[in-house]
Amino acid sequence: MIRYVASRLLGAAVMAVLATLVVFLIANTVPGDPVLAQLGDIAASNPETVREWRAKWGLDLPLWERYGLFLRGLLNGDLGTSIASQRPVLEDILQYAPATIELATIAFILALAAGIPLGIAAAVWRDSWVDAAARMVSLIGVSSPTFWLAFVMLALFYGGLQIAPGPGRLDPIAFPPPDVTGLFLVDSILAGDWEAFHDAAAHLVLPSIVLAAATIGLITRTTRAAMLEAMGQDYVRVSRSKGLPERFIVLRHILPNALIPVVTLGGLAFANLLAGAVMTETVFSWPGLGRYTFRSAAALDFPAIMGITLVVSVSTLLVNLLVDLSYALLDPRVRR
Amino acid sequence: MTAPPVLEVPVLEVQDLRTVFLTDAGPVRAVDGVSFRLGAGETLGIVGESGSGKSVTALSLLRLLEEPARIVGGQMRFQGRDLLAMRPEELQALRGDRMAMVFQDPMTGLNPVIRILRQLTEHMVSHGHHTPAAAKHRAITLLGRMGITTPERTVTGFPHEFSGGMRQRVMLAMGFANDPALLVADEPTTALDVTIQAQILDLLRGLNRDFGTAILLISHDLGVIGSVCARVAVMYAGEVVEEAATEAVLADPRHPYAWALVNAVPRIDQPLGAERRLTSIEGAPPDALDLPTGCRFAPRCPFRIARCETQHPPLAEVAPGRLARCWVTQAGAVLPKPGGTGFAEPGAERVRPEAAAPLLSVRGLVKHFPLPRETLFSPRRVVHAVNGVDLEVARGETLGIVGESGCGKSTLARLITRIHTPTAGSIRFDGQEIAGASAAAIRPLRRRMQMVFQDPYASLNPRMRIGDTLAEPLVAHGLLRRGAEARERVAELLSTVGLNPAWAARFPHEFSGGQRQRISIARALALQPDLVVADEPISALDVNIQAQILNLMLNLQERFGLTYLFIAHDLAVVRHLCDRVMVLYLGQVMESARSADLFARPLHPYTRVLISAVPVPDVGAQRGRQRVVLQGEPPGTLVLPTGCPFRSRCPIARPVCETPPPLAEHTPGRWAACHFPGEFDPGSSQALPSAQARAESPA
Repeated sequence: MIRYVASRLLGAAVMAVLATLVVFLIANTVPGDPVLAQLGDIAASNPETVREWRAKWGLDLPLWERYGLFLRGLLNGDLGTSIASQRPVLEDILQYAPATIELATIAFILALAAGIPLGIAAAVWRDSWVDAAARMVSLIGVSSPTFWLAFVMLALFYGGLQIAPGPGRLDPIAFPPPDVTGLFLVDSILAGDWEAFHDAAAHLVLPSIVLAAATIGLITRTTRAAMLEAMGQDYVRVSRSKGLPERFIVLRHILPNALIPVVTLGGLAFANLLAGAVMTETVFSWPGLGRYTFRSAAALDFPAIMGITLVVSVSTLLVNLLVDLSYALLDPRVRR
Repeated sequence: MTAPPVLEVPVLEVQDLRTVFLTDAGPVRAVDGVSFRLGAGETLGIVGESGSGKSVTALSLLRLLEEPARIVGGQMRFQGRDLLAMRPEELQALRGDRMAMVFQDPMTGLNPVIRILRQLTEHMVSHGHHTPAAAKHRAITLLGRMGITTPERTVTGFPHEFSGGMRQRVMLAMGFANDPALLVADEPTTALDVTIQAQILDLLRGLNRDFGTAILLISHDLGVIGSVCARVAVMYAGEVVEEAATEAVLADPRHPYAWALVNAVPRIDQPLGAERRLTSIEGAPPDALDLPTGCRFAPRCPFRIARCETQHPPLAEVAPGRLARCWVTQAGAVLPKPGGTGFAEPGAERVRPEAAAPLLSVRGLVKHFPLPRETLFSPRRVVHAVNGVDLEVARGETLGIVGESGCGKSTLARLITRIHTPTAGSIRFDGQEIAGASAAAIRPLRRRMQMVFQDPYASLNPRMRIGDTLAEPLVAHGLLRRGAEARERVAELLSTVGLNPAWAARFPHEFSGGQRQRISIARALALQPDLVVADEPISALDVNIQAQILNLMLNLQERFGLTYLFIAHDLAVVRHLCDRVMVLYLGQVMESARSADLFARPLHPYTRVLISAVPVPDVGAQRGRQRVVLQGEPPGTLVLPTGCPFRSRCPIARPVCETPPPLAEHTPGRWAACHFPGEFDPGSSQALPSAQARAESPA
């Protein structure tokens, strides 16, 4: 067990170093000149200005030297300075990340809480109306384009029925809770501000449903398939021959086996939710990483792009590490 | 073996049970009017080929059938209670409590993510017999009774940590958890090695004796049933066709199908005859959707009379305590003993091919498989599959290779045919060295040595017509062009192996297992090879089909002068078919001798235990047969064995066995690797040293 955990940790560390290299190379070898993107036409036509500007950002150094500087900066917690906002990239990211993390986490919990029971029910009552309903839900979730679903939800529940709040993380007139983690739900609990908590939670409902929709569908289908696969195994027939109650067989014998592929999918899905929030954040005016990414990309803001990519890859690595570790909890065969 | 039943009410009484599968094509009558009775503490076997309805009968008893199977008629009483009238809760209360079941495959029967302890105790607790603490105590006691030496440690483990034999012991402990009145065991030893099978059968006999649990044992192997059960019911096409004392059926079967079953199998406890062909019956079981109106066996029956075609015979008494469903024997006829002529003394029965230059000669063959690293920095582990094997096969000879699973026999086959490349050693095929030869250099030799594999379902491409499968090697080797020429040769091949040449356009799924194995043999023969390496070619087949395939192999050998390397775990078949036999253990040769000599007087203790492990009916002359049940299981192959590889399980191991015994020739043609050849004789040494039990502890 300890060896397993150690080897996974080591693997993750190696992957993280490789990720820095890949991120750096991609950002520094793509065609597109940040000089032209940042300087005005007149400034860009002056070679002296351009040279000064390149020297200021270190763009005149050889590639490997720039990578060395990049790595040294990373070790000091320095992701560089954003060309567009002129602020340290880390500061920018820390400002925008909590909104995305909060949204993605709630969406992820929602996807698991809806998808797994739905998948179990669909498998247990296979070919019944329950199965058909679960199939409909997942089909709609997977096949609705995010922007379309977002507009429909907003139009229906905010515009039409007026039972949901509008875009944004809070009402425009409300004050955010004192900043501790940047996660409004957590901060408002810490401050004991139940009004803010309620407001933040209400604002999370629509965007998290929209963001989770496709994932709910995937998790439902995967859970159902894994449950059916496990139900056909010999040990299930053995459990029946032992006279165990059916409910016990489903929850204690079949489900633990069926969860193994679901965990794999869950890890991938969470990474996708983090990275794929751009569309949802745009429609719901969510001040998150997705919007920051979009802005930085449009401006060819290399330090910012590298910083974001790095943060996303490291969090993907962390999630995969968690997935690997939960395999060890679920399946004794991988523990050795 | 068992005390006469004391109770008036039988444990189980089945009357005219009918179970059908509701398919789109119509109801398939899987179990069609089966009746039997099992008293307290009694043992009954059910034997039959696959599809005869024996497993469906077992599942019907516990009402564990799944869609689309349905019980449509009859009565089943368990301890006087009507099983068919029970509500689901009542059945649930009965299952795993008074009535338990053990299934065939112990590798898949245990839940991989749940500890052994919970799987053993959950139904003790749920049936309300024990508190969790008491259940744990009982689980440990039971595992000990099942022959597991460190039960306290075993219960904390997970299934993947144990071998098949250990898992089947756990399954048995699970079955006995609530001290049932009836245990239904469906092929409990089919997936196990012969030595482990002997251990499990021994255990079943003991449990029946000690706990008085009635046992219903289902098997395709009359030997297995005979070694446990006092009575046997023979099933064919959903019906019981004969029911009697096992001993009586084996000695004098009264139904032609039972007669065919008994005679299709070579018996290790009977002298070899001059005639090596086995009794087999042609044809296939009837289509369960369209059963014949007369006797269901009539179309295949060698003894049928006019009445059999038109009238369905009842199951009627043919002798005191003997029931048979046959017009012929009910009229008083006795079925003949097959091959009764010309029994010869072992060793004198056939002319042995001797050649100056062997067709195949192998020296010091070694194969090690490195495993992938578990982590980045851990050392690579190595499976030592074959560790220095020498062998020679003369032209026209049949060499049998036997041993438990993991002994390296399949790897050896794949090395000789150069599917694998050896780690070291030499292989000379017809004078040509091929151990290190390149693929291009071997290619012309490939057509001269062909392989037949165990699984006829997996070894034929399901998307290719069998005509194309058969023509492919011919075209690939440039022997024939596609078209008329190839079609002609394919037709010829099909008729050679006893199939209809018109079937060349069919796909593999349209054939039965036996027919597919014939196709595999036809493919091997297509290139007119000198050597055919057959890796367990009959293990996946029913006994009657086994007999057909063995007869076919014998015919082909005579006709084409083939040389066979025959790999098998069934020693009776090997004794029957092979001229010489080689016994492998942990990738090394333990003994090699002419078949008749080896079986008459084995020199190596391992050979003796292997032979002794073959289940033979506990009747007549065999009462005196000394049974040696080998304890433990082979050690792993990750460590290269030092000294004599067998010494950890050997009943006569002594300190000198720590030095490896050489494979020495004791009398001409008889080789054994043992310091004390021929010394182990179970007649004189009574008990096995208990020290051997340590191989039982978890790996």
